[in-house]
Amino acid sequence: MAGAFQGIDFYDVDGLLDDEERMTRDMVREWVDDRLLPIIEEAYVERRFPTEIVPELGTLGMLGANLPEEYGCAGLNNVAYGLIMQELERGDSGIRSFASVQGALVMYPIYAFGSEAQKRDWLPRLQSGDAIGCFGLTEPDYGSNPAGMITTAQKTADGWVLNGTKMWITNGSMADVAVIWAQTGEVGDVPGIRGFLVETDTPGFSARDQKGKLSLLASDTSELHLADVEVGDAALLPESRGLKSPLMCLTQARYGIAWGAVGAAMACLDEAVRYAKERKMFDGPIGGKQIQQVRLADMLTQLTQGQLLALRLGRLKDEGTMTPQQVSLAKRANVDMACDTAREARRLLGANGILVEYASMRHMANLESVYTYEGTHDIHSLILGQALTGLSAF
Amino acid sequence: MEILVCVKRVPDTETRIRIGDGGRSIDPSGVKYVLSPYDEFAVEAALRTKEGLGEGEVTVTTFGDDASQETLRSALAMGANRAVLLEGAATMDGLTTAKVLATEIEEMDPPLVLLGMKAADADQQQVGPMLATLLGRPCATAVAEFEVADGKVVCRREVEGGTEVLELDLPAVITVTKGAYEPRYASLKGIMAAKRKPLEKKPVDVPESALVVEALEPPPEKAAGRIVGEGPDAVAELVRLLREEARVL
Repeated sequence: MAGAFQGIDFYDVDGLLDDEERMTRDMVREWVDDRLLPIIEEAYVERRFPTEIVPELGTLGMLGANLPEEYGCAGLNNVAYGLIMQELERGDSGIRSFASVQGALVMYPIYAFGSEAQKRDWLPRLQSGDAIGCFGLTEPDYGSNPAGMITTAQKTADGWVLNGTKMWITNGSMADVAVIWAQTGEVGDVPGIRGFLVETDTPGFSARDQKGKLSLLASDTSELHLADVEVGDAALLPESRGLKSPLMCLTQARYGIAWGAVGAAMACLDEAVRYAKERKMFDGPIGGKQIQQVRLADMLTQLTQGQLLALRLGRLKDEGTMTPQQVSLAKRANVDMACDTAREARRLLGANGILVEYASMRHMANLESVYTYEGTHDIHSLILGQALTGLSAF
Repeated sequence: MEILVCVKRVPDTETRIRIGDGGRSIDPSGVKYVLSPYDEFAVEAALRTKEGLGEGEVTVTTFGDDASQETLRSALAMGANRAVLLEGAATMDGLTTAKVLATEIEEMDPPLVLLGMKAADADQQQVGPMLATLLGRPCATAVAEFEVADGKVVCRREVEGGTEVLELDLPAVITVTKGAYEPRYASLKGIMAAKRKPLEKKPVDVPESALVVEALEPPPEKAAGRIVGEGPDAVAELVRLLREEARVL
């Protein structure tokens, strides 16, 4: 068994962190070593999200950790929050996805758009892991173009009736509550899109596990069906206003992904370096061969760039000046970097690299989903193209 | 009950140690420092004792430089109530450390003083017993579990082939080893709360040390292992080597 993970820190990024940030990172790092890594391979092969870790994620404060203490959350800054995502994804993208959805896509919209009663009701139990949430925006025919969604919410005398289908929903089958985005006006009426808190035991609500995945196997990915789901007026997130609201949530989640990707890449580079030093071929460790050294040097360079990008983004977020376009750049660049790193690590590991005992191929397969979700790589390219030229290519 | 835990900042046990200039100290560059793992057991033991009694306070203290504040914050993040940094230049001399701690402890007079059985760096196991001697208090070392009741503390020690149970009158000094006190993770709320907990800095007079470190050397490189054969056929040869060469049978 390899020793405890020491991190990859070629540029003394540690020196740019304060004590709380380092302590947060160290605690989550240790927790991942102790609690997650021993079970993740089996969970992955069994295609099961390891629900047994949820209570501890809650008691240790890792869910919605950057939301305020008055709702039971840890009140960390965004850099510390990012470091949590980094370390969780060093374990597995599916586990980071769970935490991202719970914190950035369920707790954040309740915090940002919910009534005081909704916040008091839901945030403490979502923070502790006693309740699990999911986020329903994407539909079978509306992914990169959510403005056209056809899930509807029709006003009744004392509430709303929801109808529609949501797809690729992380935590969908195990959630207690779903944040559902639905059109309250005519289809295509962008300001008419509003958010609803739908308890998953409401009649007419059903979830079905997405079969046949070859990625994120240790994650619950489901399809949600809403057939005449009746909810009260209190289910509406009162401050949600049009498509901008779910996009604000996605900015939060993408921010965490930019950090998470760094963690996945660290796991792969760490594994590749250890393997290169131990694996002997042609009478010596393969790490002594120039071709592997180039591979490792490229991985280290890209990873270090990604680390600094994530940290700078975090400082901008803490200063309150971060733009969604900056988040797009970091999500796009870092996930792409992690995909490359995982693939190169897998290749360096040779035939052993296809085994589940080694993490690189698991990360490689996971990261293909991360590349596509939360704004595909291509869509982020267009966001950056628009930021540069002022011309929309959508 | 007031419980004082004496802790130490040590290089992470996973860190690769290099000997520094002059061969008398380790090179601190690039070394990550942590709360000594045995001291973590002591902090955990203190917190559980406090929680079990439902009252009291846990204070952590260390003798060291400014950087040791981070180590104290780690203990505060686990749940200790307050911290005292005894500021001064710590050395390899356990007696100096024990004297500095004793002066402070006489003033604070806590009924129970806990330490890790040893520091993970110097590995000397000196400070606990020396401190107890200077204070004139009873001492139990390498305690796996203890319980406080009626002005006494009952300690369980794992000894060769069995368990030893000691009863000490309070006030007492106990050094804690791996046993019942697997340390908790510092929760994120704990880490945030640690920022707001009191950490007092007290410059101390460091008594003169009679101990000089002459030299530090890394252990010799491990010789390469040898494969003596495979499968059941190798057993006879392995037994022969264990008997004749390694002389362990």
